[in-house]
Amino acid sequence: MTKPKTIRKHQQSLKDKLVEKFEAYLLNHAHGLFSSLGRLTRTPFTSAMTILVLAVAISLAGGFYIVVGNIQQLTGNLEASNQMSLFLKDNITDSSGQKLADQLKQHPSSEAVKFITKKQAMEEFKANSGFGEALTALDTNPLPSVIQVQPKNSLDSNADIEKLMAEFKQLPQVDFVQVDMQWIERMQTIMLIASRAVFLVSLLLGFAVTFITGNTIRLELHHRRDEVYISKLVGATLSFIQRPFLYCGFWLGFIAGFCAWLIISIMLLIVESPVEKLSTLYNSAFELQFLGFFEFLALLLLASGLAVLGSWGVLHYQLRQLKPQ
Amino acid sequence: MLRFEHVYKRYPDAGEALTDINFDLSKGEMAFLTGRSGAGKSTLLKLIAMMEQCTRGTIMLDGQNISRISDRKIPYLRRNLGLIFQDYKLLNDRTVFDNVALPLIVSGVNHQEVSRRVRASLDKVSLLGKEKKYPLHLSGGEQQRVGIARAIVNKPKLILADEPTGNLDPGLSAEVMQMFEEFKYNGTSVLIATHDIELINRLGHRVLTLDKGHLIAS
Repeated sequence: MTKPKTIRKHQQSLKDKLVEKFEAYLLNHAHGLFSSLGRLTRTPFTSAMTILVLAVAISLAGGFYIVVGNIQQLTGNLEASNQMSLFLKDNITDSSGQKLADQLKQHPSSEAVKFITKKQAMEEFKANSGFGEALTALDTNPLPSVIQVQPKNSLDSNADIEKLMAEFKQLPQVDFVQVDMQWIERMQTIMLIASRAVFLVSLLLGFAVTFITGNTIRLELHHRRDEVYISKLVGATLSFIQRPFLYCGFWLGFIAGFCAWLIISIMLLIVESPVEKLSTLYNSAFELQFLGFFEFLALLLLASGLAVLGSWGVLHYQLRQLKPQ
Repeated sequence: MLRFEHVYKRYPDAGEALTDINFDLSKGEMAFLTGRSGAGKSTLLKLIAMMEQCTRGTIMLDGQNISRISDRKIPYLRRNLGLIFQDYKLLNDRTVFDNVALPLIVSGVNHQEVSRRVRASLDKVSLLGKEKKYPLHLSGGEQQRVGIARAIVNKPKLILADEPTGNLDPGLSAEVMQMFEEFKYNGTSVLIATHDIELINRLGHRVLTLDKGHLIAS
């Protein structure tokens, strides 16, 4: 009877010991987290400088990102389509225009055809352009009639489109032909280049954040090398020694990320009212986008992640070099 | 407890520091390590503290061969040692309590246990009541006692002291030595490097003498 009891007792004490160790481990982490924050506040000037430099780098990347995001919002609604606009000559009457439109409906390559008379075009323009008042002052309507042709989807190669375009151009009633797709494509290509550029610049700035934090941690390590020696001599493992430094790097990145978010938000607030004014002038529903909640979280995560990465790289290399003498 | 078998240490640029060292230190034994400056005392202590590796030979510490050991294992083995230095090596931006607690914190001892053992340790060196002071506010003798409290707080099997009385006056030195004598009754082995011949003669313990890297008397 006594034997199982002692075994149970032994198991119990082993469990207690493990729980105690785990508690001590958690306490150690909590201590590292908060003591490293305390350490940053003990050298407020140096910490503030580092955090500001990091924040500027992060806000540059984040700022570019949000600017491109906003422009994409503007162009994103424009669907790429092969729609063609056939601008009719000035002397073509509405009835002959409608006749031509009906003819084009029968064309094997056209999917849908819409005829817009001079008058309709003028009304649409008056309503949307914001020049309503000025337009009423005009004696004659300068706008041409337009036939919008949506080609069949089977015609998706550029050569086919151009062939069709050339064909329409030959029509005697047609002044000139424009394919909407062309300028949308140009715009989208420009946006593609812009977003690639933002990605590359962000990559560089990310490197900057990593190296700036790494260098700060290297200096901190140098400053506290006695502590590292002594900790090593009393039996501290490398992970124990590097913990407060990693937390220090984490805080630098985290606070810098938060500051960057503030900087971006303030800059957007500054441009918000003129952008809105411009937007109403163009009668557009465009609304300036700010960083969303998840983007804010991603910014914090990315900033602290890069900072920890930079710190870890330096610690991994330097702690092995620092041997007690 | 500690055994050296044909231990050699050669530095690439400074030549041979230790030549064919053989000795034993049993559990609860106290010994002095002496010799002139440059005789190899510090090198010998560094080998035991795993700050250096020997070129040849075997060093056994509490049944473990520490002459060939991976960096990963060193921290755990060092927890069996209590190190005392001539310049105390205290952290001046931390309180006496935190300094003494360091070996316990790094080995993951829980909070209550840390508090209890630090107090017990400070009591042994008669510094109870100074836990909240900073090292620089203490006298040299008191700082060394903090160093000793830190060395014994983890109940080490072997205490290594490198010139522990080097910066202390004779009165304080005698006091410190008195403490070491008490530790050995608890089963802790003590190895003290010193060139204070007078002190050695007065205490009358075993003496290991080094001369140009050779152990000439044991």
